[in-house]
Amino acid sequence: MKLKGRVWKFGADMDTDKIIPARYLNTSDPAELAKHCMEDEDPSFAAKVRPGDIILADKNFGCGSSREHAPIAIKAAGVACVIAKSFARIFYRNSFNMGLTILESDEVYGATDEGDVLEIDVSTGAIVNLTKGRSFTARPVPPFMQELIKAGGLMESIRKRGFV
Amino acid sequence: MRQMTITEKILAKHAGLREVAPGELINARVDIALGNDITAPIAISEFRNIGAKKVFNRNKVVLVPDHFTPNKDIKSAAQVKLLREFAKEQKLKHYFEGGDVGVEHALLPEKGIVVPGDVVIGADSHTCTYGALGAFSTGVGSTDLAAAMVTGEAWFKVPESMKFVFSGKLNKWVSGKDLILRVIGDIGVDGALYRAMEFTGRAVERLSMDSRMAMCNMAIEAGAKSGIIAPDAVTKEYVNGRAERPYKFYSSDPGASYVEVREYDCSGIEPTVACPHLPENTRKVSELRNITIDQVIIGSCTNGRLEDLKVAARVLKGKKAAKYVRLIIIPATPFIYNEAMRLGYFDIFLKAGAVISPPTCGPCLGGHMGILAAGERALATTNRNFVGRMGDPKSEVYLANPAVAAATAVKGRIAHPDEVSK
Ligand code: SF4
Repeated sequence: MKLKGRVWKFGADMDTDKIIPARYLNTSDPAELAKHCMEDEDPSFAAKVRPGDIILADKNFGCGSSREHAPIAIKAAGVACVIAKSFARIFYRNSFNMGLTILESDEVYGATDEGDVLEIDVSTGAIVNLTKGRSFTARPVPPFMQELIKAGGLMESIRKRGFV
Repeated sequence: MRQMTITEKILAKHAGLREVAPGELINARVDIALGNDITAPIAISEFRNIGAKKVFNRNKVVLVPDHFTPNKDIKSAAQVKLLREFAKEQKLKHYFEGGDVGVEHALLPEKGIVVPGDVVIGADSHTCTYGALGAFSTGVGSTDLAAAMVTGEAWFKVPESMKFVFSGKLNKWVSGKDLILRVIGDIGVDGALYRAMEFTGRAVERLSMDSRMAMCNMAIEAGAKSGIIAPDAVTKEYVNGRAERPYKFYSSDPGASYVEVREYDCSGIEPTVACPHLPENTRKVSELRNITIDQVIIGSCTNGRLEDLKVAARVLKGKKAAKYVRLIIIPATPFIYNEAMRLGYFDIFLKAGAVISPPTCGPCLGGHMGILAAGERALATTNRNFVGRMGDPKSEVYLANPAVAAATAVKGRIAHPDEVSK
């Protein structure tokens, strides 16, 4: 699968309260959550982001709460992929379970500016910064996670294993 | 056989394996799967979406609508209704509402629903609290919860373990909260990413169960998968008469391996405050001068237990909260609420001008019952001080133990308990 999109850049330790503030968690409607995506970091984000855009962040993206509303809000806002130096554990797990594409890379962050266009081959982890003409490779997705994606997410994999 | 940590032993047992090693992916049986009013609605809808009809065990799926309850608005009422209807339909043994509800991570241990040796997952990041009982417990998302509700299992990568050894005597007014804040200040909010934090040493052995829970509760604030304390006599005394299932004490083998061992002499640890906007921004309370405070919150799954209210009462006895300071005290469970009342703490709190809230998460996550305006500053005994955590994105939250919180309420600025109480 190949993706191409514009970059929105965020710093380190982007916690889940910044991604989707708890005051909006009295609903789990994706469209409603998307309206407030990244609001406490950048109140104009939801209005600016376009389908297919990419979030690029420093270390420990998604730290804090276990709310799956965080990857849901990002996905529903139209973001195609999040690239970060590292992800907090529960966010990482949630993203695979619910089907938000995420990739880890140490290099892309420093070599990319906001607004640059990236092309990503999700299956190989190849990332090209088309604006700057530079190439990178994301850390490989563990085989177990690849299996999960192939099965269509965690719930599908359970169904296929015959639990229901 | 491989020398294993307590975490590895519990996981191996629940995966039906003789041994496991860090990095290994396993499917483990879960003893309890927990959800709340924020996370369970998504899990319930995923459960239904794949056509599941019945939870794997009606005694082992626990739903606690504690975040926005008593329902703060129509949307939260609708979420709780969803939980209630699911609980009724599935005949769940453990569903709590109204006068039965408390903050989930205080409620489950108190009721003996989680026990030593368990594997527990909860769709709430502070599920790591139950490590204080010697259980492996970790936060997951709603989809993981949905999957566990169907299968009774969850997948895990066996974490590497980090050992924290605490020696020496605790200084006056220092509690488990200060020990964990000190650790987070040292290693940072991703200092234990993906790892299990094991707390040991003579000083931990002497800690009360309430203090142990405060420590394990904040393991997630260092990015950890779990926090754990080997069960001992204190654990035994706590679980006896509560545990609703047989339990098992595990402990680490002497030759178990750790990615890192850190040692602390508690005599060097003072009451500690985490400044905005990350739990790693820690300072000694004595270093913080003239930081005025608009609101003090004593409560939450970190420090809303009886020991916390007791120390707050000790500091507040015969005192009044400063003018213009809102002091809000939230006993974490109905039992704690009742005990605090019976022991006379409520009289002290009310005379001090405090608002006593029913058990709820409430302001801890900026839900309700004490929200901050732009420019306002709170000191809270909770666990997170992220931007906007307690209200307006331009408000600030400082984190501390209940003694510091009580002293701060009296002074109207961040204060050391010694300034208020001898
Ligand atoms: S008290 Fe706060 S941290 Fe604890 S479960 Fe409730 S919202 Fe989360």
